[in-house]
Amino acid sequence: MNAILHDLADPNSILFMIWTTLAKSAGLLGVVLGMVSYTVYAERRVSSLMQDRLGPNRTGFPISLLGFGLKDWSPILGGLGQPIADAVKLLLKEDFTPAYVKKFYYWIAPALGIAAAIISLAVIPFGSKIGTVDMVIANIDIGPLFIFAISSLGVYGIVLAGWSANSKYPFLGAIRSTSQLISYELALGLSVVPLFLIIGKLNLVEIVHYQVQNGWMLLPGLTAGKLPTLSQVLCWIPVLISFLVFTIAMFAETNRLPFDLPEAETELVGGYHTEYSSMKFALFFLGEYTAMITGSSLIITLFLGAWHFPGIPDGSMSGWPGVLWGLVNIGVFFTKVFAFLIFFIFIRWTLPRFRYDQLMKLGWIWLFEIALVNIFLTALIVAFVH
Amino acid sequence: MSTEATTPKPVELVNVQIDGVWHQFPKGTRVIEACSQAGKFIPRYCYHPKLTSPGNCRMCMVELGMPKMTPDRKPELGPDGKPLHNWIPRPQISCAQDVSEGLGVRTDSSMVQEARKGVLEFLLINHPLDCPICDQAGECRLQEFSYDYGQAKTRFLDEKVKKPKRVEIGPRVTLDDERCILCTRCVRFMREVAKDDVIGIVDRGSYSSISCHPGKTLDSNYSLNTVDICPVGALTSTDFRFKMRVWFLKETKSICTSCATGCNTVISARENIVYRQTPRENNDVNQAWMCDYGRLNFHYLHSPERLLSPVVRGHEQPDWKNAIATAAAELKAVAPEQIAVIASGKMTNEELYLTAQLAKALGVKLHDIVPHTDTGDDILLSTDRNPNTAGAKLLGVSASTPGANLSAVVEGIRSGAIKALIVLGEDATLAGLTSADLTKLTVLVTTAILPNATTAAATHLLPSAAFAEKRGSMINKNGRLQRLNRAIQPPGLARDDWEILVGLTEAVTESSLGFNAIEDVVKAMTAATPALAGLSLSKIGDLGVQLPLPANE
Amino acid sequence: MAYQVPRPKLTFAEKIYLPSVIAGLKITLGHLWRMLRGKTHVCMQYPEEKWDSHLPPHYRGAPTLVSDEFGRTRCVACQLCEFICPPRAIRIKPGEIPAENKFAKVEKFPEEFQIDMIRCIYCGLCEEVCPEQAIFLKKEYAITGTSRAAMMHQKEKLIEMGGIQPGVVNKWNEKK
Repeated sequence: MNAILHDLADPNSILFMIWTTLAKSAGLLGVVLGMVSYTVYAERRVSSLMQDRLGPNRTGFPISLLGFGLKDWSPILGGLGQPIADAVKLLLKEDFTPAYVKKFYYWIAPALGIAAAIISLAVIPFGSKIGTVDMVIANIDIGPLFIFAISSLGVYGIVLAGWSANSKYPFLGAIRSTSQLISYELALGLSVVPLFLIIGKLNLVEIVHYQVQNGWMLLPGLTAGKLPTLSQVLCWIPVLISFLVFTIAMFAETNRLPFDLPEAETELVGGYHTEYSSMKFALFFLGEYTAMITGSSLIITLFLGAWHFPGIPDGSMSGWPGVLWGLVNIGVFFTKVFAFLIFFIFIRWTLPRFRYDQLMKLGWIWLFEIALVNIFLTALIVAFVH
Repeated sequence: MSTEATTPKPVELVNVQIDGVWHQFPKGTRVIEACSQAGKFIPRYCYHPKLTSPGNCRMCMVELGMPKMTPDRKPELGPDGKPLHNWIPRPQISCAQDVSEGLGVRTDSSMVQEARKGVLEFLLINHPLDCPICDQAGECRLQEFSYDYGQAKTRFLDEKVKKPKRVEIGPRVTLDDERCILCTRCVRFMREVAKDDVIGIVDRGSYSSISCHPGKTLDSNYSLNTVDICPVGALTSTDFRFKMRVWFLKETKSICTSCATGCNTVISARENIVYRQTPRENNDVNQAWMCDYGRLNFHYLHSPERLLSPVVRGHEQPDWKNAIATAAAELKAVAPEQIAVIASGKMTNEELYLTAQLAKALGVKLHDIVPHTDTGDDILLSTDRNPNTAGAKLLGVSASTPGANLSAVVEGIRSGAIKALIVLGEDATLAGLTSADLTKLTVLVTTAILPNATTAAATHLLPSAAFAEKRGSMINKNGRLQRLNRAIQPPGLARDDWEILVGLTEAVTESSLGFNAIEDVVKAMTAATPALAGLSLSKIGDLGVQLPLPANE
Repeated sequence: MAYQVPRPKLTFAEKIYLPSVIAGLKITLGHLWRMLRGKTHVCMQYPEEKWDSHLPPHYRGAPTLVSDEFGRTRCVACQLCEFICPPRAIRIKPGEIPAENKFAKVEKFPEEFQIDMIRCIYCGLCEEVCPEQAIFLKKEYAITGTSRAAMMHQKEKLIEMGGIQPGVVNKWNEKK
């Protein structure tokens, strides 16, 4: 018994690794899923503010039931209960399966959709360290490649949903989605190659570490506490191009406006999830927003220093200060992610949808070519500097 | 030039110019009628074609012109070869003037318009502005002519004359003297048609008012006709008073079924409720009148006691098919000579024809109708209160003297020789039977609209439709074939009689008669009955067809 | 026949979209910023805020039956509103005022008067057609009920909602 307890506290034992990993997984999943529901809320509130409306400002928490003279409605709580009400509604709605669908694929598609988005989270370093524990679930050496590989599996969820629904609008949505994802995955993958050329590593934790040392990739001079080196200045141009292409491709990958052709409501009713209702629909919804969070996390990690903020130490010291600073780092990470999500929302409520040919042209002719050229440009700069 | 008047025997025609157009009319035609026939309607209040013309309302004024004569008493001809006129400088009433050779009439000149406007203004001086509560509103001549010929505003500043209101001038008529325009149509009707001269005008000038002779009331059986002919809302029907505005009423042309006269009527109903019955002009039957008895004899249509569902041996049987099938099966189980049929003179020809078919199918020989008689009068009301006795005789359901076979039925039931009885739209206790006799029967099938002693004893009770709820034809006492029309739907599950009879006959014979609509029944009936050959419901028309039958009365 | 859609020639700036994206963001974020500073006038927050005190005089709310200063419900059951009502929401059963009643002169009154507020379209024709100035559209607009029966406004309810309407023509005075 004592041996087990001892093992649990020993950073080098297997048991220690298991429970910390489980704890990290549970914590991250909880935070991300909670974040999803409040991202939806933020989306509705922000969009309404941009459109001179108020948005959902009614659903609070029935705190008056607790007594103590509390009132239900307050300007702060108004609307914050909305995501919970929505979740309850989605869970309790009739889960209708049309008679003409291909049942097995119809059932499995939403699960595939959300699984791909959630698995990608495993390699994201969402914090520095708490004590000796790395704040990443799986510290593997091919982080970005893993993410690209897994997130491309997400297309299976959409394709299966569109095909198994046995109905024209979902089918059209699925076809659009497939071609769109394949087209933009090229640009997505190629656009980050310059980063790896500069850093020379594929491990996301190491990439973050590089940024802690040398300043964020996108803002090298401002965040390292020292003047940027010549190579950093020279590399900044390809990094900026890389950032732009990556971000645009990420929008396309997550089916966000202006690239939401797979579910274009005005053309395809609901796109690939037209025939879904209740919790199965909610899973698609969840998957879409989780993918958004994963995408934002990746951008933050690659370009904007992940959990690092100038002046805030990491949590590698022992004892309570380590725990405290570790948590602060996690907070910084999610603040950055949230800020980027808000940016996602700004874009969505600003731009109209692309025409299909524009979408294809942008993906294949512009982004793909730019990313390619950018790689050579970076290679030249790196070779020149060395 | 057109000849509007067509008369059967050659009469002397005279040439009359109306508003510049020459017409020919038989001598003796009133100018007001001639103008109407020429398509120029003359407004009128006191004039009624069935009554004498007193010429006291002055509404029908027109300009008249006599043919201009040369010194040698020859008509002076104009360039078109037609006589010229000497127009009389003042307007003349057209209701008291007959047409004469060469007469000229102007119905719409400025002088005529002025005259009408002036007359209307005088008539409206003391008339109250209570159209919102007046039953006549909507069919009020004063309203209509005020819109057409009058002026919108009153120039009268003094107080209006107060007269009695809400006077019960008779048991069925309410009088509002303030609304009266003293046309005296009611006075003349009671004197000339109803021969009961009880009302007249009392007092003088603007205080003149209609009143009953002291000690008398307007209780004639024809009193409600005064309400019909009253051009304003002075005389109103107490029965219809405040029940429904006339513009909501859907009017259905039908006939009265309260006696053998068969007065032509209009049934006014709204949303399946009959509100009133009024006479319809038919010069061969009822002129323009009908009796109060027949007119008010419709309230039972909406009695809360109406039978709404078939009842088989004391249990409601909402399934008509089932009810008819059991009735037919039980009738078939009885020997034909043990069955009798009591039909009704209130049934239509079509129903009587189907009754005969049912009797034939069952092999029944003993059938008759129940005669109903009561005191009549020499105006319209007949002593025979069955509207279709002639039809029952013609179609062979009735004995040659209606009711002659009933004693055999009564004796048969009392002796036990008759075990089954079919009673159609009648109460068998009025045929000499008692309620105790009816309980001896093993099968008693009856159609009825209201509960009576027979329905209480019936083994199979089949609710049917009343006169306003069905179509069909009847033959009145003078052998005139007339038409009933459907004004409202039967209540509850009650069915049209012809459908019940067809159902019973088909269930008995176990074969289809092929009758899908009442027209099919009429077709079969007219084909089988020589006296009705070639007729159909649409050929009967609104005014009926005279049959070559001996008069019934 | 295939139809070639004419496409406009785009400049480089237009081709890379980014300037338009920024221009769009400027507009939407401008609205956002104005909203956050409370400079935007947003719509009225019902039910905390209501139109009630701002309703124009000609506002057409629920139809009601009004009474005169002498306590008489002005309606005489002429049924013109029932006739003109486009959705047939009004049902009237007329009756006779007994001779001993102090308003016996009017003779007629509505025994039953029902307006089906599920059917009513608030067109105001009943008010316009009424020869007695008895029916008025008041300013009540929040007509709700939990059953069909509750949405049938019966005579008592209509009279209560109508209240007393002073200053209309007194038609049934002694002079008439």
